[in-house]
Amino acid sequence: MEKADYDLIIIGGGPAGLTAGIYAVRARLNVILYEKLVPGGQIIVTDWVENYPGFPEGISGMDLVDKMVEQAKRLGLKIENNEVISIDLSGQVKRVVFPGQTVTANAIILATGAHPKKLGVEGEDAFIGKGISFCATCDGPFYKNKVVAAVGGGDTAVQESIFLTRFAKKVYLIHRRDQLRATKILQERALANDKIDFVWNSIVTGIEGSDGLEKITVKNVKTGESKKLPVDGCFIWVGILPNSGFLPDAIKMDEYGFVITNHKMETSVPGLFAAGDGRSTPLRQIATAVGDAAIAAFSAEHYIESLKN
Amino acid sequence: MSEGIIEVSDSSFDAEVVESEKPVLVDFWAPWCGPCKAIGPIIEELAGEFSDKIKFAKCNVDDNPVSPGKFGIKAIPTLIFFKQGKVVDQITGMVAKSKLQQTINSIL
Repeated sequence: MEKADYDLIIIGGGPAGLTAGIYAVRARLNVILYEKLVPGGQIIVTDWVENYPGFPEGISGMDLVDKMVEQAKRLGLKIENNEVISIDLSGQVKRVVFPGQTVTANAIILATGAHPKKLGVEGEDAFIGKGISFCATCDGPFYKNKVVAAVGGGDTAVQESIFLTRFAKKVYLIHRRDQLRATKILQERALANDKIDFVWNSIVTGIEGSDGLEKITVKNVKTGESKKLPVDGCFIWVGILPNSGFLPDAIKMDEYGFVITNHKMETSVPGLFAAGDGRSTPLRQIATAVGDAAIAAFSAEHYIESLKN
Repeated sequence: MSEGIIEVSDSSFDAEVVESEKPVLVDFWAPWCGPCKAIGPIIEELAGEFSDKIKFAKCNVDDNPVSPGKFGIKAIPTLIFFKQGKVVDQITGMVAKSKLQQTINSIL
């Protein structure tokens, strides 16, 4: 039998990947984690986390990342910065292909996460960094006493809009429905915030400006009416898409490209597991990513054991 | 500050960046920005690899609002590549090291 470089390769260094790593090193697996950017994933851009237990006053996303990385490293997890181009699942030993290098393992945990969806409106790309933004903690301070729009109605949109009111004098929260989808405590805070103006039943259909963003066109989906809103910035939080573009077709995914698993986090390919936001799941939180990952690492450990017998 | 990366301010920007003989990569960042801190180590690695060909600079937009304003920067991290004082490329947000290596090689 071909000997693999590692027992387990974890792809992705967000909360799911780091948790899988913590469990795997403690199980004494020969494991490595690959991250294409820097460990942390989407929580790096999260202003404040107050639904992850253990931090009674809440914690900033960046501080939580630092703690998770420190914990994983203290336990001996090997973390490397490298971007996976493709994976080959045709043999029992799985191959993970990087630029100029292939690394093999008996099992893989996909913790590849997700990225923010764009609006898909003309002009959006041209104004990224010049008014269009996906990160309130990064870019909010550029809008001191300015008027901004935020698009979306979920937890991220509502929480980050509240954060933006620290800087902006007005935040238009544009949502395509007539009520928010965000968790109730966030809804209550947003509705009570004088600086947030709700634009219900509406979508953004146009983005205009010269050097920077100046106006957006907002269309009411109930009445069909369009109007232009002068804004200095527009933050987009309309959902996420999986980072699954590099995965082979052999892996069963849902219609959006999220990887399908069973309750043991096993995918359709033996020895391949998935955890976190990249998995087809009803809720995507740090807490769910961490829970998925503990199970995925446990299942991977059992799978690797079974190969030895 | 790591070796090979200079700190530029509003007052030194023209001399260090615009009038530089060598191409310059300016990393616009702020202490409040998580992704900026996160990409710091990647920029340091690149500075190690390319410092003979490119000048690496960091500009704290919190202390130096004029320079980012000149380039219409409203989001960070933003990396701007200057050649002979002109902007030749601009990248906003976190990107993989390989993408930055490609960009640097393409402008050299």
